[in-house]
Amino acid sequence: MEKRVVFRSAWLPYLLVAPQLAITIVFFFWPASQAVWYSFQLQDAFGLRTQFVGLQNFYTLFKDPNYLASFRTTAIFSVAVAGIGITLSLLLAVMADRVVRGAVVYKTLLIWPYAVAAAVAGVLYAFMFAPSIGIVTFWLKGFGIHWNWVIDGDQAMLLVIMAAVWNQISYNFLFFLAGLQSIPKSLIEAAAIDGAGPSRRFWTIVFPLLSPTAFFLLVVNVVYAFFGTFGIIDAITQGGPAQSTQILVYKVYHDGVKAADLGGSSAQSVILMAIVIALTVVQFRFIERKVQY
Amino acid sequence: MVERRPWLDVFAHVVLIAGVLAIAFPVYVTFVASTLTLEQIMAAPMPLIPGNQLIENYSQVLFAGTEKGSKAPVATMLFNSTVVALAITFGKIAISIISSFAIVYFRFPLRMFFFWMIFVTLMLPVEVRIIPTFQVIADLGMLNSYAGLTLPLIASATATFLFRQFFLTIPDELAEAARIDGAGPMRFFRDVVVPLSKTTMAALFVIQFIYGWNQYLWPLLITTDESMYTVVIGIKRMIVGGDAANEWNLVMATAMLALLPPALVVILMQKWFVKGLVETEK
Repeated sequence: MEKRVVFRSAWLPYLLVAPQLAITIVFFFWPASQAVWYSFQLQDAFGLRTQFVGLQNFYTLFKDPNYLASFRTTAIFSVAVAGIGITLSLLLAVMADRVVRGAVVYKTLLIWPYAVAAAVAGVLYAFMFAPSIGIVTFWLKGFGIHWNWVIDGDQAMLLVIMAAVWNQISYNFLFFLAGLQSIPKSLIEAAAIDGAGPSRRFWTIVFPLLSPTAFFLLVVNVVYAFFGTFGIIDAITQGGPAQSTQILVYKVYHDGVKAADLGGSSAQSVILMAIVIALTVVQFRFIERKVQY
Repeated sequence: MVERRPWLDVFAHVVLIAGVLAIAFPVYVTFVASTLTLEQIMAAPMPLIPGNQLIENYSQVLFAGTEKGSKAPVATMLFNSTVVALAITFGKIAISIISSFAIVYFRFPLRMFFFWMIFVTLMLPVEVRIIPTFQVIADLGMLNSYAGLTLPLIASATATFLFRQFFLTIPDELAEAARIDGAGPMRFFRDVVVPLSKTTMAALFVIQFIYGWNQYLWPLLITTDESMYTVVIGIKRMIVGGDAANEWNLVMATAMLALLPPALVVILMQKWFVKGLVETEK
């Protein structure tokens, strides 16, 4: 879509886009191209000399069992975060769409976790589930469950998944609620008159009509699990124990900042960029399709 | 309501109340812990009724910091967080509104190229270009400064995109009338476009304020000086070791102070929050 009426000036539009472009070039394109450039280089142990090594960093990465394990960890983590988060928030949204009285109150009480920083959410969960003093740890002991995520990798994973789902649930809830409220009431009423019960109506009418929203949220949640959960991981487990919660983004940070492996970390950045680009393309292909609905 | 099914209504309320409680529980525990003494927390299980240390804990973190971890006072951190969040918010809104005004209301060479340049930054979140961006900031001498904390986060494809979408809906007659009356582009921008964009700005304000306040990875990298910590980083720096080593009552008081401002923005500006969230992502 284009404007029919426009203004004319030889220099003004350039002046207006200049600040945004300057920041975009200095802080986005320049660093991103540097990442690509570093990923083809190898630095010696003291960071004094660098050498062009072509694809060797990538080759080393994909032979590194730690990196492949990090891929697997990320896959499990993002599938769990997206799956659990979407299911729970769909349940809450369907219920909130149903109640008449108190709907606004419920909505207000369900949306605020969005405002909590990922790192703060991590600290909250680390405290509740702390192995020696956590209140939930104490309750779990009552059920005979020995909870110590500091040494148990599976429990650590479960903990970061819980914190991530908690942090993201309000986002999913709002989108599902908006999706539910845009379904024409006449469709539901017609089905009810034909004798379809609530669960039949949900599975044959509401759920299919919500599927574009659900797919959109799936992509958003996967992106969130890939990148947005850095603060949670860093606040709770720092990728441990024994790298059982080291997702890809955390490994980029760990290798680049803590271990100072510039080439290897940049190669990982480049792979991550490729993943984000792929996810963004999927998201936009989907939005184009949705216009036809 | 299509039909009366009392049991289903009861079920809906039960599910919702359970959801609200489960979601509120971590923050309730945090609040209670922030009103207790450290001894009460260490004597697991901690009580679930607020104690009487509220004023002591909060005034200690606000003005003196923790004893074992970071000693920076949280009041300074809250000030830093406010400056950073507001600078990011207003910076994003300001540079996005003028660039999308140029892209919509002018025809000039490279227009679509610029638009796409801004647009693809969506695909480059800070997490994937950590080290090179850090080096750019270091080379520019912006470590431990407000400029370093905010500038790299100010470019926003979403805000530009949202303003562009909105400008396209402004009737052409307004621009025509302005031109006939002899108003130049900047006059039209100031007197027509900006006032009409107020709701879009309010929605963006809520989303970007939360985004700015909650930044973690970036401030973690570039602030080494305690006086430049934001409150989210401050909490992380207070956690020094295992369970028993931390002054949890103080950490939790700081956590409350870190989550209250954005939570209040969401709750008080709920309408704009929902609008901003739903529109920026579509």
